[in-house]
Amino acid sequence: MSGYFTPEDRRPPITPALAVRVATLGFVALALFGIIFFRLWFLQVLAGDSYLSEANQNRVRDVAIAAPRGDIVDRNGTPIVDSRLANVVRIDPRSLPAAEQDAAAAWGQSAGELATRWEREQKALKAKRAKASKKELKKLPKPEKLAPLPPIPAMPVELRQRFAAIGKVLDMRVATIHKRVIQSLAIVPYGSITLRIDVPRTVVQYLQERKVSYPGVVSDTMFLRDYPHKTLAAQLLGNVGEVSDDELKTRHFRDVRGGTIVGKGGVEYTYDTYLRGRDGTRRLQVDSLGNFIGELSASGRQPKAGKTIKLTVDLGVQEAGQAAVRKGIQLARGNGHAAPAGAFVAMSPGSGEIYGMGSYPTFDPSLFTKPISDARYRALTSDSSGQPLVDRAVDGAYPTGSTFKPITALAALQSGAITPSFSVNDAGCIDIDANQERCNAKDEAYGTVDLANALKVSSDVYFYTLGKNLNSAHTETIQNMARKLGLGRRTGIDLPSAATGLIPDWKWREEVGKKERACRKERHIALTAAVGCGISDMRPWSVGDNVSLAVGQGDVQASPLQMAVAYSGIVSHGRVPKPRLGMAIEDSQQRTLQTIPASQARKVAISESSRDAVLAGLHAAASAPGGTSTAVWANWDQNRYPVFGKTGTAETSSGVDQSWYVCWIKDTTKPKDPGIVIAVTIEKGGFGAEAAAPAARLIASKFFNVKAELHQGTSQTR
Amino acid sequence: MTTTPIQDPTQPDGISRRVRRVPVFDPVLLFAVLGICGASLLTLHLAGASVSGVSANYYVTRQATYFAVGIVLAAALSRIDYSRLRELKYGLYAVTIAGILLVSLVGSVARGSRRAVALPFFSFQASEVGKLLLVLALSAFVVDRIRRLGDRDTTGRVVLAALVPAALVMAQPDLGSALVYVVVLLAVLFTAGTSWRHFGGLFALATVAIGLVFVAAPAANITVLHQYQKDRLTAFLHPSNNPDRQGYQQDQSKIAVGAGQKTGRGDDATQTKLKFLPEAHTDFIFAVVGERYGFVGATLVLSLYALLIWRGLRILTLAKNLYGALVAAGIVAMLMFQVFVNVGMTIGIAPITGIPLPLMSYGGSSVITTLLAIGLLQSIYVQGRAAAAYKGRVLTY
Repeated sequence: MSGYFTPEDRRPPITPALAVRVATLGFVALALFGIIFFRLWFLQVLAGDSYLSEANQNRVRDVAIAAPRGDIVDRNGTPIVDSRLANVVRIDPRSLPAAEQDAAAAWGQSAGELATRWEREQKALKAKRAKASKKELKKLPKPEKLAPLPPIPAMPVELRQRFAAIGKVLDMRVATIHKRVIQSLAIVPYGSITLRIDVPRTVVQYLQERKVSYPGVVSDTMFLRDYPHKTLAAQLLGNVGEVSDDELKTRHFRDVRGGTIVGKGGVEYTYDTYLRGRDGTRRLQVDSLGNFIGELSASGRQPKAGKTIKLTVDLGVQEAGQAAVRKGIQLARGNGHAAPAGAFVAMSPGSGEIYGMGSYPTFDPSLFTKPISDARYRALTSDSSGQPLVDRAVDGAYPTGSTFKPITALAALQSGAITPSFSVNDAGCIDIDANQERCNAKDEAYGTVDLANALKVSSDVYFYTLGKNLNSAHTETIQNMARKLGLGRRTGIDLPSAATGLIPDWKWREEVGKKERACRKERHIALTAAVGCGISDMRPWSVGDNVSLAVGQGDVQASPLQMAVAYSGIVSHGRVPKPRLGMAIEDSQQRTLQTIPASQARKVAISESSRDAVLAGLHAAASAPGGTSTAVWANWDQNRYPVFGKTGTAETSSGVDQSWYVCWIKDTTKPKDPGIVIAVTIEKGGFGAEAAAPAARLIASKFFNVKAELHQGTSQTR
Repeated sequence: MTTTPIQDPTQPDGISRRVRRVPVFDPVLLFAVLGICGASLLTLHLAGASVSGVSANYYVTRQATYFAVGIVLAAALSRIDYSRLRELKYGLYAVTIAGILLVSLVGSVARGSRRAVALPFFSFQASEVGKLLLVLALSAFVVDRIRRLGDRDTTGRVVLAALVPAALVMAQPDLGSALVYVVVLLAVLFTAGTSWRHFGGLFALATVAIGLVFVAAPAANITVLHQYQKDRLTAFLHPSNNPDRQGYQQDQSKIAVGAGQKTGRGDDATQTKLKFLPEAHTDFIFAVVGERYGFVGATLVLSLYALLIWRGLRILTLAKNLYGALVAAGIVAMLMFQVFVNVGMTIGIAPITGIPLPLMSYGGSSVITTLLAIGLLQSIYVQGRAAAAYKGRVLTY
């Protein structure tokens, strides 16, 4: 066959024009290879390190190993809260059928949709309720606290049998197991599912020995908060739990990772940064879908246990205090009162150290170490259970009754309105103004009383007189003294509490009146209507208000801690201490790392003569014949441990009085020791001498290590 | 006048047979091709584990089969005088168009585009084979009108002949192949000697067309480029602030290549193993090489391609006729463009267009087309050498 040639096709070997064009093609090719070459040089040689680290970031996931929380010990080093290792039984998600995984994903999605809708509805409802009148308000549904969840999907038959077998061993219902599996898978699709926390060791061993019968069931351990003294100091310590989304946004938890166990209240919250420790990490290798490939053992980090917090609390005083409050409540109930709740504070008047502080009813904080059911949580926060989570010692706000009288007395003395010898003829009643008369409890007449006697017998008429004389919107003599002694303001205790209580004055009356008017306008209630928003009756400040304040009745509100602080200020010559619970930070071997210093006390001008006059009255009230709490302190060694105490009986809207007792006791053989200030209150407990004062004696007995005697006082003064 | 033949001292009768010994193939070209094929099989073996659902060596065995088929076809093609294909120009052109239309009508849809007809053993991608057929047809059209090359008419017709299939594959949509067609067109015209004026005119027209596609057409609500194509084309300009799939793929590819550093990560190459690298066995196969063997390995593979391109250009100059030169130019441009765009895509300097890396990327249509092109280059080489040896006389088989 011949070659295939046509005239056009034949060409000279290479024309210069073609040579130029071929050379151009060659240069283009060279340039393109050059670009690739230099780019590769840049990527791999110059920037290779950073790309390598990016590749490693791609594949490495850090998983936290929870650090054990630090212990909390009392002032003598006895543990109040510690951590223990608990067994956890989990199920490996890889052992579950893919259908379960899909069902969980679908459930999670509908839960998300439901929550979004619910949130929107709740917002609308709240807006509606804010505008609604009282009548409409009754018709509207109440806002709910928790978002509803979609129904758990049906369980495949083969899983039912597996779960039933597991449930039998773990003492769990099949439906509960299925619910936990679905909910856990919906949140972390490939994470192992926690079935039960704190499983007995024998059960774990049983499961481990029969791995074939319980496929996918695995166990490990985790640190659980342990409370060897059960309900002791529960509110003061606070509970722990997984940090919430809202908490993560706060400054207090700014360096906390999601899922960490943090303090939710009390000391656990305040000293969380010390107690928390530092979580360790396990470095895992994952693929592009996030599937677990293996553990990178070399580069993990061990968890660092939290530090120990030493409290100023004395376990003995704390125990005695809680028992004493329960006793006081018993006494009150014996007198036919409801006495649903109470609280006590025992503190050093010098340094502000809290020896003991408790609130009744109480709860077991260990409930919060495991996932708590909605029903149980609702029970803990309901009124019917007495709101045990509330720390009444700090956050309680009660009218103080006659325990306020020493403050009125000091205000009068310091302002120069009276001298200790100022006397009033107490005929049982007194006219406040043209149409108001105030009387002593049971209209008892004490005759002519001076300051000491007025305090001793708790003469209302005497202090009514002071309140009437000192009523001045300009000087606010009583209010100023009360505020300086720490009432109506935050105590500054190292707890997450913002309670201030209330010292009513002219300005406050004005404000609540304004609020009531605004609220009535919003809800279209006539200003003249008898029932309004319930904020205020919109009357201006009157002399009657000041008269009520002088004896701690009416609008005044204070917590037992505030009263203890105020009395501490009086007995410490005007140095009002800042109460505190934290004493030192220690390592796990109880070596002190850092002491928590007492804050500078606030100084109030109280002259020695004023202090002596008030204390003389308080001592007479607790020791002299006719004193309101003398009977309570029968057989007490008043020479060695002189008691300076005041009963209080505050009228409340419930009709049953708030029982109060605040006292200072000191050991005269130890002149440098400032002694102890004790404040006890019992809700609906009746007269102060009947319930609160006997409880205070029990606490003092423990503190001074003397034989405890229970004497119920008979004084029926307010 | 009588002539005395030059005495060849190596031959017993003194007659030189050296000039008669025509090589049967270009060994350098064959070396480059076999080197790339070997690199491909090794890399597919490494990347194999990263593709779920298939056994580790699934792609290796299939690719090896394609290589075998392709090399046999290429060997056969190299024995034929390519010049005869010129006669078939209308047939080849018709087959190109028909193939593309067939795929568009009955092809199976993969990842949003209809590019291939599913056959029992592999899916046939007409646009791949079309690249080579178009080179042959366009070169023939140009040779036919070589005397009127200066006419605008000639350039216009050839351009039109290339733009028809380009527009058809674009509609599939397969932007990458369309771009290859355009590059082939430009290379053939350029090598034939089309005047710079014509190129200037084409450039002006292209600018207007791009303006129409990107500005005017969207304004008139006509879809020429799909949104994903526009995203792909522009993603490489700002890869890191592109959190969607395109930006992600290119980022992961860059991380893989960069992490390879100088000598590669060897068995620690996690980007491929842990499936962070997308399409590791096809479009992003170069990143696998880059991660595992580093700058050294990547440069080695690139040198093989450089060798291939250089040989292609050399063969261009050896061609016995203009047709051979134009076909060689078209093939070289086709390979060079695909190599540059594909590698550029894995290292973040070119957009993601779905262009495979010739012979490296897994895929029957692409591999066989490329090997056929190599076969053609070999044919041009053999014919050129034979023509030189026999002074353009004969070469019979």
